[in-house]
Amino acid sequence: MKAESIIRAPLIEGTKDYHKITEDICRPIEAKPSRSWLISITLSAILMCWGFFALGWTVWYGIGVWGLNKTVGWGWDITNFVWWIGIGHAGTLISAILLLFRQKWRTAVNRAAEAMTIFAVICAGLFPIFHMGRVWLMFFTLPYPNSRGPLWVNFNSPLLWDVFAISTYFTISLLFWYTGLIPDVASVRDRAKSKIAKVAYNIMSFGWTGSAKHWQRHESLSLVLAGLSTPLVLSVHTIVSFDFATSVVPGWHTTIFPPYFVAGAIFSGFAMVLTLMIITRKVLNLKEYITIGHIESMNKIIVLTGSIVGCAYLTELFTAWYSQSIYEQYAFMNRAMGPYWWSYWGMMTCNVISPQLFWFPKLRRNVAFTFFMTIVINIGMWFERFVIIVTSIHRDYIPSSWALYSPTWVEISIYAGTIGLFFTAFLLFAKTLPVIAMAEVKAILKTSGEAQKSAYAASHAHADIQSHGHGAYQPTKP
Amino acid sequence: MANNYIIGLFKDEEVLINAVKNIRAEGIKIYDVLTPFPVHGLDNAMGLKESRLHITGFVYGFAGTAIALGFMSWVFTSDWPMIYGGKPYFTFPAFIPIVFEFTVLLSGIGMTLTFLLRSGLYPGRIREKLDDRITDDTFCIVFNKDNKLNAEQEIKINSILKESGAFEIKEKNLKRHY
Repeated sequence: MKAESIIRAPLIEGTKDYHKITEDICRPIEAKPSRSWLISITLSAILMCWGFFALGWTVWYGIGVWGLNKTVGWGWDITNFVWWIGIGHAGTLISAILLLFRQKWRTAVNRAAEAMTIFAVICAGLFPIFHMGRVWLMFFTLPYPNSRGPLWVNFNSPLLWDVFAISTYFTISLLFWYTGLIPDVASVRDRAKSKIAKVAYNIMSFGWTGSAKHWQRHESLSLVLAGLSTPLVLSVHTIVSFDFATSVVPGWHTTIFPPYFVAGAIFSGFAMVLTLMIITRKVLNLKEYITIGHIESMNKIIVLTGSIVGCAYLTELFTAWYSQSIYEQYAFMNRAMGPYWWSYWGMMTCNVISPQLFWFPKLRRNVAFTFFMTIVINIGMWFERFVIIVTSIHRDYIPSSWALYSPTWVEISIYAGTIGLFFTAFLLFAKTLPVIAMAEVKAILKTSGEAQKSAYAASHAHADIQSHGHGAYQPTKP
Repeated sequence: MANNYIIGLFKDEEVLINAVKNIRAEGIKIYDVLTPFPVHGLDNAMGLKESRLHITGFVYGFAGTAIALGFMSWVFTSDWPMIYGGKPYFTFPAFIPIVFEFTVLLSGIGMTLTFLLRSGLYPGRIREKLDDRITDDTFCIVFNKDNKLNAEQEIKINSILKESGAFEIKEKNLKRHY
């Protein structure tokens, strides 16, 4: 057995064996739905239905029911689109990039984070689709042989790149998530008692047996999909940023956008992963799998990406001043002191100043504080997109066309509806599928389990370790 | 065809790998090993060849690159040439994002389908199970009795499994492949 440093804190707390892991992770699926689950899903489903009603309203009466005008053509819709897509990025980062970096702590959170990615991308996709107006013609964005020539789509347009990027991202995330899920669904299948559960999980498990050859292929597939997803996830938000960066609008026309957007996406995504995981670990009683150590690791990524985002904001300001372009300078003055000053300062406070508190280990390891911060960051990142989109275009080159924008009830309802959709989907997922990748957690049990580590430490406690004993891992109960 | 198997069940992956090595040293053919999670070092112990799945990933990906690049070049240079922003017809840098996305898309979908096809996995596949605990905490070595096993070898299998630490050894006669 490959031993891991005993100084490193265990990733799986308590005394676990393989069977205990299966029991712990399958319990929420097999138990009767709790009251809190029923209440939450009812509320989020109502919110979701309200959002669908607003979408129907939009389709019936047309885009005119939104608050957009001839100057501000992108408002809450594209703000929400970028916000949701950004949230999705953390799932792929955890499952793909951390897999390539061999980060073992990812095993406890990757499944839920990937599920979150898929639901977030669904929410994101709704906005540009309905912004098209005539949604039933959305297939016009695809390069299919048509009767108009055929007249092809414009492959030079970043908006078309987005169509390809988002659909590829959704497909690959779904495949990655589902292939990872197959062995765990098989575990649920083999424990199922009721006839309906047996049939349903049998269909979903694709007849998985756990054969060594299948595992070998499965590992190979996961690794290559991770390798593909890593540049993919970076490309997706890069392309989203191209929607803005390739334009000639002051405030958008900057080369810093791709890395700045990717960092912002990961920043907001981790905040949302933490929001969900802090609730999940408490409600489903999975604190021994999603430990304080996991939360701290994610907070470290938040402080890193948050600082990158902060640097990007300051670089933008510096470049606007240094460029000597009066339009660029005005765009940034207007952001900070124009009619939307509150969104700019909201963004600055939530994204730049507050995440710096995570430099303190006490705060990084505080669950309640982390939860509060994740909400703050989610709000801040929404403001960021609003600032970039609305404040940049509401005062364009011709002062006679300057305008203000505020959303109507329809836009607000659609946004609320996507939040409802997201939580409905996540709650259904948490009740029907294993939220933690059981097979992957079992594979790291021997190196990272608390009981296994202390047994190993006890059997290797020779003079060398004792003389440096202060650093050795001491199992303690929090 | 009847499917008759001898299975040995284990509780620990290190014991399992040892057992696999012992059995192979005796020259007995192992039909399959089933595990609840991927056990590292097991493919070597079993003498499994490296999976060629990643090669198919490259092939599908390359096909994606060729299709996307070829198609866009054809559209913009011969089928419907158009000038966008005074730039040349063949605007290679602008093709890169879609070429990349399509490469990833084909590679991912192709590899996943190949994986499912090669492993005989599809929604609703019905199998008889060898043991319910295999997807939980139990490791299982499978011998196929229909696969030229004589009585002498069967006795040997039993004794090696026992010596190597199997906690349960049993025969399974299934109507279809597990």
